[in-house]
Amino acid sequence: MPKDNGIGASPKRREDIRFLTGTGNYTDDMNIRGQAHVYFLRSDVAHGTITKLDTTAAAAMDGVVQIFTGADFEAVGSIPCGWQITDLHGEPMQEPRHPVLAEGKVRHVGEPIAAIVAETLGQARDAAEAIELDIAELPAVVDMKAAAAAGATKVHDDLTSNLCYEWGFVEENRAAVDEAIKNAAHVTTLELVNNRLVANPMEPRVAIGDYARSDDQHTLYTTSQNPHVIRLLMGAFVLGIPEHKLRVVAPDVGGGFGTKIFHYQEEAFCTFAAKACNRPVKWTSSRSEAFISDAQGRDHVTKVELALDADNNFTALRCDTYANMGAYLSTFASSVPTWLHGTLLAGNYKTPLIYTNVKAMFTNTVPVDAYRGAGRPEATFQVERVIDKAARELGVDPVALRRQNYVTEFPYATPVAVEYDTGDYNATMDKLEEIGDFSGFEARRKASEAKGKWRGLGINSYIEACGIAPSNLVGQLGARAGLYDAATVRVNATGSISVMVGAHSHGQGHETSFPQVVAEMIGIPEDQIDIVHGDTSKIPFGMGTYGSRSLAVCGSAMVRATEKIIAKATKIAAHLMEASDADVELKDGVFSVAGTDKSVAWGDVTLSAYVPHNFPLEDIEPGLEETAFYDPANFTYPAGAYACEVEVDPETGKVTIEKFSAADDFGNVINPMIVSGQVHGGIAQGVGQALLENCSYDENGQLLSASYMDYAMPRADDLPFYSVDHSCQTPCTHNPLGVKGCGEAGAIGSPPSVVNAVIDALASGGKNVGHIDMPLTPDKVWAAINNA
Amino acid sequence: MTQVSMTVNGKAAKGTVEGRTLLSSFLRDELNLTGTHVGCDTSQCGACVVHVNGVAVKSCTMLAAEADGAEVATIEGQAAPDGTLSAVQQAFQDHHGLQCGFCTPGMVMTAVKLLEENPKPSEHEVRVHLEGNICRCTGYHNIVKAIMAASGQDVGAIAAE
Repeated sequence: MPKDNGIGASPKRREDIRFLTGTGNYTDDMNIRGQAHVYFLRSDVAHGTITKLDTTAAAAMDGVVQIFTGADFEAVGSIPCGWQITDLHGEPMQEPRHPVLAEGKVRHVGEPIAAIVAETLGQARDAAEAIELDIAELPAVVDMKAAAAAGATKVHDDLTSNLCYEWGFVEENRAAVDEAIKNAAHVTTLELVNNRLVANPMEPRVAIGDYARSDDQHTLYTTSQNPHVIRLLMGAFVLGIPEHKLRVVAPDVGGGFGTKIFHYQEEAFCTFAAKACNRPVKWTSSRSEAFISDAQGRDHVTKVELALDADNNFTALRCDTYANMGAYLSTFASSVPTWLHGTLLAGNYKTPLIYTNVKAMFTNTVPVDAYRGAGRPEATFQVERVIDKAARELGVDPVALRRQNYVTEFPYATPVAVEYDTGDYNATMDKLEEIGDFSGFEARRKASEAKGKWRGLGINSYIEACGIAPSNLVGQLGARAGLYDAATVRVNATGSISVMVGAHSHGQGHETSFPQVVAEMIGIPEDQIDIVHGDTSKIPFGMGTYGSRSLAVCGSAMVRATEKIIAKATKIAAHLMEASDADVELKDGVFSVAGTDKSVAWGDVTLSAYVPHNFPLEDIEPGLEETAFYDPANFTYPAGAYACEVEVDPETGKVTIEKFSAADDFGNVINPMIVSGQVHGGIAQGVGQALLENCSYDENGQLLSASYMDYAMPRADDLPFYSVDHSCQTPCTHNPLGVKGCGEAGAIGSPPSVVNAVIDALASGGKNVGHIDMPLTPDKVWAAINNA
Repeated sequence: MTQVSMTVNGKAAKGTVEGRTLLSSFLRDELNLTGTHVGCDTSQCGACVVHVNGVAVKSCTMLAAEADGAEVATIEGQAAPDGTLSAVQQAFQDHHGLQCGFCTPGMVMTAVKLLEENPKPSEHEVRVHLEGNICRCTGYHNIVKAIMAASGQDVGAIAAE
């Protein structure tokens, strides 16, 4: 029987009521009395020198409050990067200044040049058109290899080149890897592109700055996944506002997918301008602005080589990657192609020797940073594509080749610095073969052939690393922040509970799933427990939600704080029952003394904590509120196996997804309904990357895919129903809930299976194609068919 | 500036707008009906769908002045006055048809009209009908399932929660 409450149940989401009735509170739904509106004048060229910027006429227009340019921000700090990479020579990465508003030069289409604050948005827009702006255009560098060439135009004059860093990992293994490749019985080589994407949460970004002269208090309302991170970065590094004078609020947020982690110029601008103009200042991004100002994702160009011995055992893997940083370093940009990518190159396999070389390049494009999966999809894609290509070259079954090379004993220390605590990759592949009905595939293929379609089956495994930690390790790797999280459990006098968490929910359903854990531990109904998040004035210092970390890290902090609550409540109960602490147990919300009929209810104990008339005041303090910070001992390692079946129309090259199956091991699962939903959404984004989505620039750095007319978002009729399963569970060994994280799995695990399926379909039609770069649009597939 | 008056969720509403004011802006900024969301500026995403004189329209693509005299229905008017969710709203909650909630009002308003026109749509018909509504969170699985369930069809056989 499925449970109907507590851990493992799927209660309906409580946050749904406000979202379904139009009563949510997204940032753009907020309007502060007296607010003015901001419009940003942005660069329409990718690279150039500002030769004229005259705001005189614009400033005189109706409704204009004030116009700001880069000159107003010269004394203000640079938008910071949160992770310093050390290159293979031991030198720090090159880190250019990232101004709030352009200073003399523009370096990508969309870079803000001036900000117009006016009574209405329409007036601000009208005034922007009256600004006299001349830009002397410079040659743009868009292609990463061109950016790396000798004599290439430099994106930043004050840097030595366009190379942010060259990273080698593990540099000491480089010679051994090259030797193993040279001596291998078989080497499969693949050059591939991991296409640039736009995250596209459906809610565009919004920032509202507010300032109270009465107590010198700044407030920023923003669409963020991590309000404390924004407060620290903006307060300490950009604007110089002490944290006790700066409150950051992220209310309901309409999706994030990584791109709302980062600290953006618009947040700093609105906070700054609210004080400068002495009134609230609001900016709402249009979708068109989002395409040229939200940090974009992926964009790797890679050569990968897999060496195998005569028995088809993997002996070495080498990956050489160019990674696009865009024009400036976004908050976590530098960590994505390095520590979030190189450490995952072992995949699910016991490949003994691995080396990766990453050249991170500046180009005249929008900054690139973490997008759902962040480095791990890029690692998984190349590993799983090169294995599939090897299987095809060697004429062996792709499932068998994977199984032969799986890691099967845990803990397992990879040659790329991480240690997998648990996993059972054969179990997820077994489950995949079952839910994907592999045995029925040949019949389905014949049925497709009868319709004139080619059918293919593509599979892959994946592993990811979630809940990045511990802080002392990531600090050694260059992180400029800790990666713990925090929770405060406040028990009220009558027994209800508010849990203040550092994690932020923007679709993940924490308001429903987190209470399931506390309810299970104490034995009270979930509706007695509320989650508070998204406001630095209410919650403890937590690092927010990204990297599938919320439950594994913040959930663990919540468990620790609840354990402290139970320990203290037990002491109070023991006092009330005149018993020894050791004899008191808590079950179903009632404390009782073992072996007696003495008992006291949860609510009586909590009331006693706040009305301490009969209370052991000499031993413990009144009240019942505890905070815990949790810094994990290791990452968690969700893993699984995915299968995609496609039909290809050989006449048009159009690919349709006929069946998609996912068998995941997330360790213990708190709310299966929510977990399945996370996997569904991840799969859709992965299929989107594989078949539809592409962020495309022309050679001048103009963004060609700058709206939903040009950037192909997955729609309902592009996708099937999915079969997802998370019954294979090897609990994480080092966090109290045994959970691993599920938010990114779908986006990491799905692109290779889609491409593998298309290659398989073409092979069934007699067209042996080594590779097609994503997205597999009809024109590319048609060309591959006709050129094979 | 132009005077407009319309009936919104059964109540008389009026205001003074610029000629360029969109219906979505009028609803959000003048009437404080912020359940109607704006997710794009090219009439593609469908987060702003409302009903105007019984037709599902993208309110970001219609001027407020064009809705003068019209009957407008928004997400705020879908539940009963006592808060009881409509069949479509309830199905979205029952089947986890929403995550971040931003596209949800448009999805619900689109689904309500679909089911008026086609009370028992097939999976394919639902998917094609949702072509003008983009969701980035759910992968559509549970939205399609919820709409079919709201039509009274048995969705028990559809995989997963």
